[in-house]
Amino acid sequence: MIPAVEIKNVTVSYYEHIALHNVSLTIAPGEFVGIIGPNGAGKTTLLTTINGLGRIHSGTVRLFGETVNRRNIRRIRTQIGYVPQQLTVDPRVPFDLQEAVLLGVYGKIGLGRSITAQHRQKAQELMAYFRIDQLKHRPVGQISGGEMQKVALARALLQEPKILLLDEPTVNLDRRSITEIIRLIEEIYRRFNLTVVMVTHQIDYLPGVCNRVVLVKEAKIIWDGEKEAGVKPERLDELFSG
Amino acid sequence: MSFSAAELELFIKPLLAAVLGSVVCGIVGVWVVLLNIPFVGVTMSHAAFAGAIFGLLLNTNPLLTALIFASGAALLIGPVAERADFDPGMALGVIFALTLGLAFLGIGLLRGPRTDVFRFIWGNILLVSWADVLLLGVSLLLIVGILLMLNKEISAVLFNREIARAVGIPERAIFFCLLILCGIVITLNLNTIGGLLIFSLVVSPASAAYQLTYRLKTMYLLSIGFALASSLLGLMLSYLLNLPSGAAIICVASLIFGLAFLFSRKRLSRLKI
Repeated sequence: MIPAVEIKNVTVSYYEHIALHNVSLTIAPGEFVGIIGPNGAGKTTLLTTINGLGRIHSGTVRLFGETVNRRNIRRIRTQIGYVPQQLTVDPRVPFDLQEAVLLGVYGKIGLGRSITAQHRQKAQELMAYFRIDQLKHRPVGQISGGEMQKVALARALLQEPKILLLDEPTVNLDRRSITEIIRLIEEIYRRFNLTVVMVTHQIDYLPGVCNRVVLVKEAKIIWDGEKEAGVKPERLDELFSG
Repeated sequence: MSFSAAELELFIKPLLAAVLGSVVCGIVGVWVVLLNIPFVGVTMSHAAFAGAIFGLLLNTNPLLTALIFASGAALLIGPVAERADFDPGMALGVIFALTLGLAFLGIGLLRGPRTDVFRFIWGNILLVSWADVLLLGVSLLLIVGILLMLNKEISAVLFNREIARAVGIPERAIFFCLLILCGIVITLNLNTIGGLLIFSLVVSPASAAYQLTYRLKTMYLLSIGFALASSLLGLMLSYLLNLPSGAAIICVASLIFGLAFLFSRKRLSRLKI
């Protein structure tokens, strides 16, 4: 079977700071992988090597057998749903919630083409699914953190992605919102038959459907395996120790 | 109603230049405000000014050299503004100082009367030529055409550049395109408003519009409306009170921003909270 994601010997550096050092990782289609590590370990960098937002110094990334390069990256990105770490949006921005969701399909439609009634209908269904359709005309800077994450999930799903990348989707949320977002992520994973990669440092909030964890520390993968074994206290102590 | 050739020269040209210049400044201003790059724009306007001075020095068309300098600044500033590994403000400060330094160097090297230098500093809308009006018209067509063609991509970039890139939009190309269009608008308005003041007509009407609406389309329309009001009222004041036209236009634009800020529904609702 062709892997969904195949990262080989990837190094990412920002001048003297090495964010990822010679990392390799293979993810099968349909897997739910949790990437865990302390702040600054390289988790987000690892996630963004998959959709090409992180600049690779050396190594290769292949998605469903296709090597990612400058020529195909934009097309490949249209097949990857990305939920970034919670956005800080100016409450005054002149965009409403519906526009923030519809944006997900802009890349797929292509330059110079307009969104169709079908795209709007799909966006409406997703907003209804996430129960944010009542807020669709509200300025997007004036919704709560939990609602913002639902907007990000709806936008990502509107792309009809093969892979969903989640960067700390529960950070800065209250307990109730965290529970709801985790439940939604589990539902999405099952319902849309996705490959999901989720970055978190809150191990307790890894969804039950996550069956594999990758532990990242100091720009390297230090452990990769089944979730139950990965989240053992002694292993986590080692991961989060200075 | 008919105009004599002299009246046409006196009123219609400046009026047309004001209207066309205001509309393009109003549109470009929305991009500058939403991308949160006012200092980038200021730097580009000074680069255009320096370019115009070098045009005079080299005895070529100053608008052409201004356009080259402004576009060059856009290509230099663009990557700097998006670098995460050092403070873009610091690098922009250096480029800004360089553009000013080049402008004053050019002024120092000029021989003979420097009337044209003052025109590029302060602008004089009453002295615009038909060629200037035509160029402004072409720039308006170009900008409106690009806005209509790439509206969704431009909106995405204005909303959030990282998300725009992640969904497969050629975000960097769009960003650079917006910067270069900004440079073109600034350059073509050097004659009317002047290199030191033009950026106020780009930023103030759009900033005023930003205070008043949550819809992007309305923001474009308000920004254009405020820029038009600034230009026409400024021209009128300039004519009635014998004031420098560019300065009068900018003062009106700033006054409109002040009023929009004072009566902003967004600001007042936040104060109530």
